[in-house]
Parts: sequence; structure tokens; C-alpha cells
Amino acid sequence: MPLPLSTAVTDAETRHPPPAFDEMYRADGAPFPHCADLAGWLKAKPLEFFQRKQREAELLFRRVGITFAVYGEDTGAERLIPFDIIPRVIGAAEWKRLARGLRQRVVALNAFLHDIYHGQDILKAGKIPAQQVLSNAVYREEMRGVAVPNGIYAHIAGIDLVRVAENEFYVLEDNLRTPSGVSYMLQNRRTMMRLFPDLFAAHPVAPVAHYPQMLLNTLRQVAPAGVDDPTIVVLTPGAYNSAYFEHAFLAQQMGVELVEGQDLMVRDNGVWMHTTEGPQRVDVIYRRIDDDFLDPLAFRRDSMLGVPGLFASYRAGRVTLANAIGTGVADDKSTYTYVPEMIRFYLGEEPILSNVPTYRLGNPDDLSYTLAHLPELVVKEVQGSGGYGMLVGPASTAEQREAYRRRILAEPANFIAQPTLALSTCPTFVESGIAPRHVDLRPFVLSGKDIMLVPGGLTRVALSQGSLVVNSSQGGGTKDTWVLEK
Amino acid sequence: MLSRTADHLYWMARYMERAENTARMLDVAHQTALLPGPHPEHQEWYAPLNITGALSAYSSRYGEVRPDRVIRFMALDPENPSSIFACIYSARENARAVRGSISSEMWESLNATWLELRNATFEQIHADGLSPFFDWVKERSHLFRGVTFGTMLHDEGFRFIRLGTFLERADNTARFLDVKYHILLPSLKDVGGAVDYYQWSALLRSLSALEAYQRTYRDAITPLRVAELLILRDDMPRSLHACLNEVFDILQKINGPSGAEVRRRAGELHASLHFGRISDIFQQGLHEYLTEFLRRIGALGEEIRRSFLLRPQQPEARPAVALAQHQ
Repeated sequence: MPLPLSTAVTDAETRHPPPAFDEMYRADGAPFPHCADLAGWLKAKPLEFFQRKQREAELLFRRVGITFAVYGEDTGAERLIPFDIIPRVIGAAEWKRLARGLRQRVVALNAFLHDIYHGQDILKAGKIPAQQVLSNAVYREEMRGVAVPNGIYAHIAGIDLVRVAENEFYVLEDNLRTPSGVSYMLQNRRTMMRLFPDLFAAHPVAPVAHYPQMLLNTLRQVAPAGVDDPTIVVLTPGAYNSAYFEHAFLAQQMGVELVEGQDLMVRDNGVWMHTTEGPQRVDVIYRRIDDDFLDPLAFRRDSMLGVPGLFASYRAGRVTLANAIGTGVADDKSTYTYVPEMIRFYLGEEPILSNVPTYRLGNPDDLSYTLAHLPELVVKEVQGSGGYGMLVGPASTAEQREAYRRRILAEPANFIAQPTLALSTCPTFVESGIAPRHVDLRPFVLSGKDIMLVPGGLTRVALSQGSLVVNSSQGGGTKDTWVLEK
Repeated sequence: MLSRTADHLYWMARYMERAENTARMLDVAHQTALLPGPHPEHQEWYAPLNITGALSAYSSRYGEVRPDRVIRFMALDPENPSSIFACIYSARENARAVRGSISSEMWESLNATWLELRNATFEQIHADGLSPFFDWVKERSHLFRGVTFGTMLHDEGFRFIRLGTFLERADNTARFLDVKYHILLPSLKDVGGAVDYYQWSALLRSLSALEAYQRTYRDAITPLRVAELLILRDDMPRSLHACLNEVFDILQKINGPSGAEVRRRAGELHASLHFGRISDIFQQGLHEYLTEFLRRIGALGEEIRRSFLLRPQQPEARPAVALAQHQ
């Protein structure tokens, strides 16, 4: 499945790259203490061993059918996402701090969503310009005053992190709509445990396999009031969606039905699914369909994927949607810049995880700075996702920059700019042997009555040398992510 | 279970079974055509077109009935919904939509069949002598059924798969039996003659029933016994009786308040086979009997759809069996 393109950009294509931080080896070549055993293992095994294991891994993935559909290709075109057999290791203390930061961030984001759809205190306090929120295309006025269980909007959040130094992680992006990739996190671990049982015996790797159970618990916790034993479903756009494998996988792992819009109907303000035994009530919908397509009566009228009347039922509190409608306003790239402010405002705390410094081009000073430094910066559309329509300054040509400059000037407020980051690297098995490749990390944070996360997340790796792009559709791969328990 | 899931499973099985039966149908035409004697107007090749109700679609695109064109149309033409190609494609698409509800072995088996079929060309299957291709289709269908039986949880979904298989098979066996009605013997004096014998034995062979016939009757092949074997014998796996045994049993195990009328109809049809006599069937006329059976099995399928599977779009049903005899 093409995961949204990480908008991170590495140093690799700049002319004078700052040295990237390697997560296994220090600058002097010695491994970090928590990686010492793994580094020894890497050194001890011959190259053929890794080649053989790599082939075995591919076979396993193909057999299990972990593929993503490729749009626009012939029927049946399904590809494997490249999997790298060398795990990425995160130390216990590092993870502890990350986890605290992730919780803090997600709590604040949910508080923000609740606030802007209710009292709008943060706007009244002048911490965020009202226009930034209220005239945002993905702000849903229809959600004003709608009560959602426990006040939770982003039940499943995928927070993209990049690392530039030993204790320096940055949040690159918050994904609060329908973040994907967790099935790869789970399958990567399964595959690694089959390939290298001895490694797991020798390392205290924190397990992740209980994620589906945690997700199920989270969904249960946010059932409509008065429903003790909720019926939960996963709502997919269908078999032609690129992430269909993940939808089917999660439904199967949780033991719930995988439904399409045509399987659901709204009657007496409640949502029901058509079963062979007649209509059955549905209480919680883990939906993997965008807001716009959920209900043709409320949103896009041409949507064939949604359920007519769903929004009315949702507003009446008869069914829970996870994630809630209207979360996009909090993961928007220009709202992103205000998240540290949200943390201070709602929690009275200093942010544990930093944002990447970001220039808002709606601001004249930021605009002129950006235009003067285009070759060094990454410029993104505020509403863009999947990496489309962005300018990677160091990798761009003069013509591209000129064309982009015209686009920026046409509507500056549509853009943000960030400095190019030196993403960390991890040893990766590539054709030439084992070599450092750039990585990012997407942990998944679940919010119900409690906040839960499994240690780790999905590590994406840019497989070609110096590549900036960890996106699966651009030759990016994934790795198992190990969080050590001690 | 979700109606859509049941629907996909049911149609996956029906299409797979239909592909197998189309292969069997073409095989019998092919075998018959190889018999010595006159073959006026390639009339044995009308049979597969007539019994699938595809004759007019064929004529408008291919014109005259010619063996190679019929094979092309019935085996590999994606635009003919009865073709082996279209059936296996549809089976695979239905499976893909419910991958989480079938075993991975089932998916892999069906997917491999599709990937191989996709590369098949008429020139190549013709050069191989046709029969190996028809055998391959049959084998892939056998394999899929076996994999299903041996790897999938025998739950509600499994029952809808089996329901689809046996409903489709009953429909197809009835159409097959009627095939003789569509192949005219050159003249009345040939009835009971060598050509007649070979036609009946080709029909039996195409339903994997020749050996069963010999073991059961140990005697000459007569229309009455062929009909008895393929309609009333419940130990003959492709007979109408055997199929209805399965359908009736499965329907008892599918829960739900909406199934009462389905169960009643299936019971009625099952009882007519269980207690039926071949002499009565011949008195009514075999063709008339089979036409009525096809109507009833169609109505049962419609009732199953209405009770369990209803969703907005349905794959279109095959046109009712062509009643007009070609001449």
C-alpha cells in the first residue's frame, strides 16, 4: 500500500551534506551499547546468510499475500512492499521518552479537536488565529456541538517521527484521519520471528502482536452510551483500495466484520448491517473511508462508498465513528505548527517532542525568507498529502523552483516551508551488502478511555543510496522496529 | 454473516463450478465431433451455445457456427459471460472481495488458476489438441473444491460456498442432459444405432459418469438409464438427486428466520427427486421434465438470493435455457 509519502527530506542530495546520525554506530564506528549484540551478529554472519534470509522473507510475504494494489495497473497487479531483514533498534530509555511525548501530543490534539468543535477557547485566547481553523477546508461546521464518547476524536493516530541525533526526534506530521501501515508493523514482526528466532531469544524485544486486541478494546471503550457489548465493524472502500489488505487484516485479527458502505443502512436513526440472518445493529465503525465519502446525504453527494443517513445517526450519538469526522483540521500542515501551543494551552506542559521548525508562507516575513532560500528548503502544500505537490529544494532544478515560486506567490497561505533535515540512518541489507539507509518512524497511538500504544511502530526505509523518499510506491521499504525492554 | 460476504462466496463457487461445466460441455462437443459420420452444419457445436443461452450473442459477433469460433467464444472470450475465462475471472474477483473470509490456500489456488488462464491463447490450446485444456480447467476446479474442503473452517461461509457449488451443478447437469435434445440424429433409423450410442457415451464421459454407468448397469447404454443415473441416483455425484441432497442439507444448517420459504422449496424439489420414478419422467417427456426442473432450480436460486444475499447489484443470471430447438 502506498503509505503517504514521508515529507521528510534527507541531506543526501545537498551538495554539502551534514553527516547523518546513524542509529547503530557512533561516529567513531563503535556500536551504541544497546546495539552491540546485534552489531556483533551482523558482523559474524556471511553475506550469503543475509541473501538467503532476504529471499525467505520475500517468500513468506508473498505467501501470506501481503501486497498492495497498484492503481492504474492491470487487474490483479499486486506488489510486495520491500522488506528489510535488519531490524531497527530503539533503546528502552529512548522509547520511554518518545512514548511520553506521543501521549502528550495526542492528548493535546484530542483536546484541541474537542475545543474547536465546542467552546473554541483556544481561539478566544488568541493562541491560534480563528481563521486558521474556521476557514480551513477540512473544518466541519456540522460537527459543532456534537458530543462524541469520551470527547475523543482521533482514536487512532499515526505520528510520523524523524530523528537527527541521539536524543533528537522531531515530529514531522500528525496523521489523524485514517493512518495506515500498522499491518506492516505486525507482519514485519511475525516474519522476523520466523526468520531469526535466535535473535529474539537473545534480545528483550517488546512485543507488538497485541495491537489488534488493543484496537478492539479502544473501539469498545468508545461505544455509544448504554451499549455494553457493542458490535464493531471495519468499513472499507472495497477490494480496489490500495490499503484493502490492511482493512481485511485488521478485521480478521479483531474478529469483526469487514463491511462496505453497501452493507450498511440507516433505519430509525440507527446503523444496521445486512446479514444472512437479517439486519444486525452496528455500534462502532472503524472507518477507513475519508470524511467526504462517508454519507452522500451530508457530504459528497456522488459518493458511492458511503451510507446515506450515517451522519445523522452519528450526530444523534447512535453510532461511533473512529476516527471522528472533522479530525483533518488538526493534522493539517499549517495547524501542525500550532501543536506545541496546544500542548501548553490544554495541558500546561512544555512539549516533550519538538516540531520541525516551519515557516508559514501566509506570513510575509516567512514568505520572503522562503523565497530567498528555496534551494535549501522543503516547501509543501498545506492540504497536500502523499507527498504530492511538494518542492524538495536541494533536489530541485532552477526551472522547478521557478515554477514553484509562481505557485507560491499565487496563494502563499497554501504553503509551508521547512529546513532540510539530516534523517538518521540504519544498517540495511541492500544489493551491495549492508549499508546505512535513511529511516523514519510511525508509531500508532490509540485513544479510548485510556491511551495505549504498542512499543515501536512502522519504520520506513529509503532503499536506494542517498534517497530521501521512504514511500512504498517510490521504492521505499519497511523494517521491523525493536524497542528493547531494558 | 454479512450478506455481501455470503453473496461473494456463493458466486465464487458458482462461477468456478460453471467454468468446469463449460469445459465439460465443450469437451462433449469436441468428442462428438470426432465421431465418424456426417456432421451437418457442425450441429454438435450448437449445443454449448444453446444450452448456455448464448447463441444469439455468438451469432451477432462470430456469424456462422464453426468449431474453432465456438471454442474461442466459449473458452476465452472475456465478453461472453459463460466463457471459461469470464467465469474464472468472476470467481477470482469474488474471492478477492472476501479474502479475509477464505483460507489463504484457497486464494492462492484460485489466483494461480487465473494467472495461468490469463496467458492462455486459442492457438496454443488448439495446438495442444483442446482436451488437455479442458482437463486442466476441470483439474483446477477439483483442486479448488478440495482445498476449500480441506482448509476452510466449516462455518456459515463454507455452507454458502457449497450451496453455490451444488445449485450450479444441478443446473448444469440438467442442461447437459438436455443436450441430446439439441443434437439431432441424422435420421430416425439412427436412434439406438452406433452414432446414438457414441453420443450418449460422450455425454456420460463428459459428466465423469461413464464408468459409474458401466458399474451400475453393466449393460448397453440406453437413454432411460442415462437419465435415471443423472437424475435420480443419489450416489452419482453430479446427479440432480445428489446435488439436491446437498442443497437440502446445507439449507437446514443455515440459520435465520428468512430461510423458511427457501427450505420449503428445496424440500419440495428434493422430495420430487427422492421419490421420483424414471418412467414418470419419460411419460412427461425428458425435455419437458428438464425444462421444468431448470425453472424450479432457478426459482430456488432466486429465493436464496432474496432471503440471504440481497444487495443492490447482482451478477446477472444466465438466460433461461433455450427452448427452441435449432434447425
